[in-house]
Amino acid sequence: MSRLFWTRALRHRSFVVGGVLVALLVAAALLSFVWTPHPAGEIDVPNKLKPPSATHWLGTDSLGRDIVSQLIVGARYSIAVGLIAVGIGIAAGVALGLLAAARRGWVEELVMRLSDFAIAFPALLTAIMLSAIYGPGLATSIVAIGIFNIPEFARITRASANGVWAREFVLAARACGKGAWRITLEHVLPNIASVLIVQATIRFAIAILAEAALSYLGLGTQPPTPSWGRMLNEGQTMMYQAPLLAMWPGLAIVFTVLGLNLMGDGLRDLLDPRLARQR
Amino acid sequence: MGHDIDATRHRRIPAIALFLVKRFATFVITLLAASLVVFAVLDLLPGNVAQVMLGESATPEAVAALTSKLGLDQPAWQRYGHWLQGLATLQLGDSYSYSAPVTELIAQRLVVTVPLALMAMVLTTTIALVVGIYAASHHNRAGDIGVMAVSQVGIAIPNFWFAILLVHLFAVKLGWISAGDFAGWTEEEGGGLWDGLRSLLLPSISLAVVQAAILARFTRSAVLDVLREDFVRTARAKGLGTRAVLWRHVLRNAFVPVLTVMGLQFATLVTGTIVVEQVFSLPGLGRLIFQAISNRDVVLVQNIVMLLAAVVIAINFVVDVLYAVIDPRLKLHAA
Repeated sequence: MSRLFWTRALRHRSFVVGGVLVALLVAAALLSFVWTPHPAGEIDVPNKLKPPSATHWLGTDSLGRDIVSQLIVGARYSIAVGLIAVGIGIAAGVALGLLAAARRGWVEELVMRLSDFAIAFPALLTAIMLSAIYGPGLATSIVAIGIFNIPEFARITRASANGVWAREFVLAARACGKGAWRITLEHVLPNIASVLIVQATIRFAIAILAEAALSYLGLGTQPPTPSWGRMLNEGQTMMYQAPLLAMWPGLAIVFTVLGLNLMGDGLRDLLDPRLARQR
Repeated sequence: MGHDIDATRHRRIPAIALFLVKRFATFVITLLAASLVVFAVLDLLPGNVAQVMLGESATPEAVAALTSKLGLDQPAWQRYGHWLQGLATLQLGDSYSYSAPVTELIAQRLVVTVPLALMAMVLTTTIALVVGIYAASHHNRAGDIGVMAVSQVGIAIPNFWFAILLVHLFAVKLGWISAGDFAGWTEEEGGGLWDGLRSLLLPSISLAVVQAAILARFTRSAVLDVLREDFVRTARAKGLGTRAVLWRHVLRNAFVPVLTVMGLQFATLVTGTIVVEQVFSLPGLGRLIFQAISNRDVVLVQNIVMLLAAVVIAINFVVDVLYAVIDPRLKLHAA
């Protein structure tokens, strides 16, 4: 990206605030690979339900596990689920959207009807179906959220790509004898990349919320893997003894999602000025 | 002139009727497609459902007995046809884990889930429209900026976490309500209308707040879009006051895109009830589906998932129909 972009970006308040929050999340997740204040899964029953202190910055849970360590290792899984689920959405959704825009006719109609149809199966319903057969787990939640992302990316790709196909430079490329496949790769895709980046940021936030909900319900990440959703579930059962337990993972989710949404808003303003003006 | 209007009106009615017939056909086809997906995932993919339900350690005799009891030894197309027939006649057989009719089990839970989703939708719409219109009419002023900031945070809050916070505040700290469970709608159940509504108030608030944040932002931007239209400028030039322009011209036009989002949100709320019911231990469809999953009662899961998918499809159908009825541009287009 150009220097001009970064100069503008650093002056954009939403982008900066969102960027800082997301950078903190990524830094915490990366840090967890080399260092955590305590081993995340280490059970220490004599020190259970301790309030925040110098040893345990945010206290300990009902099994004496360190909250900070679980939160930063949990960040790793939130990011992983978000990245893979959005990756599935982009890989399949963008391909379908580009195909629909390039072929038009019945192919476009079929892709759009399939996208409309997919609304009937939110991530939660898909996760429920998969859990009933294959049992709950990280893979179940990734697949469910990933499938849920496909129609969203297909729809937005097709709409943006149709706009590019109507432009004169594409007509010129066709006149030069370029085929649909080459035009899609050389002209359409680079021109819709900014829209896709904005969408990916927003879908990442939605994926993190969905993963937390599925883990809370017991359909996502399974013990002993730390996850924010499951920490909330465990915190809820300890609400009378240690109300703060249900506070920290919730705040971690809110700051992450807020960061990604603000960054998405900022990117939309910076990468697509037309959309920004419409708001 | 009058004759022209009559002629246009006559042409429009069949056009809209045609649209409705087409849309209804799509609705039915979508329902059938959804049933195929549910059947494929929960009946065909697992190989032998009886084995899934009984677990790996089940004896071949037990699996064979359940296979025959559930009719799994019939060909797939026959099982699918049988299930469709059951859906149409609401004869869905007995649940394996509850030994009770599936229809009855689901109906018992709907008396919690349906009012919860409706209450949440009423709250969402009320909060969002009031706040969204206020923000748009105070564009770029303190009120608008405040609404945008609060709604930005609202969107980031997971509804189940907000539900936990509400339980903590109102049940643990203040002790105003019990931390969960449902009082029941009748005195025989130990509750009553008021008690029932009270049990669903906090769950519906926790569902509504997040959706209201999304809808308020959308309402604001829809109202602002209409405020920029030429006819609004004309109305102002005619001497109409801000309030009159807003109520007479802007809101009617802004409502059309808002309605579409509301439809999608209602669908989200229906599935959201599953999560929030868990937080408040409400005996709704959510609890039934999780019990069904832990009991490996695939037949029950299959029917509840189908019901939820059908509700989402039906909501989209109703929104499309309302959209066609309300939006004058769509009518002209259809004509």
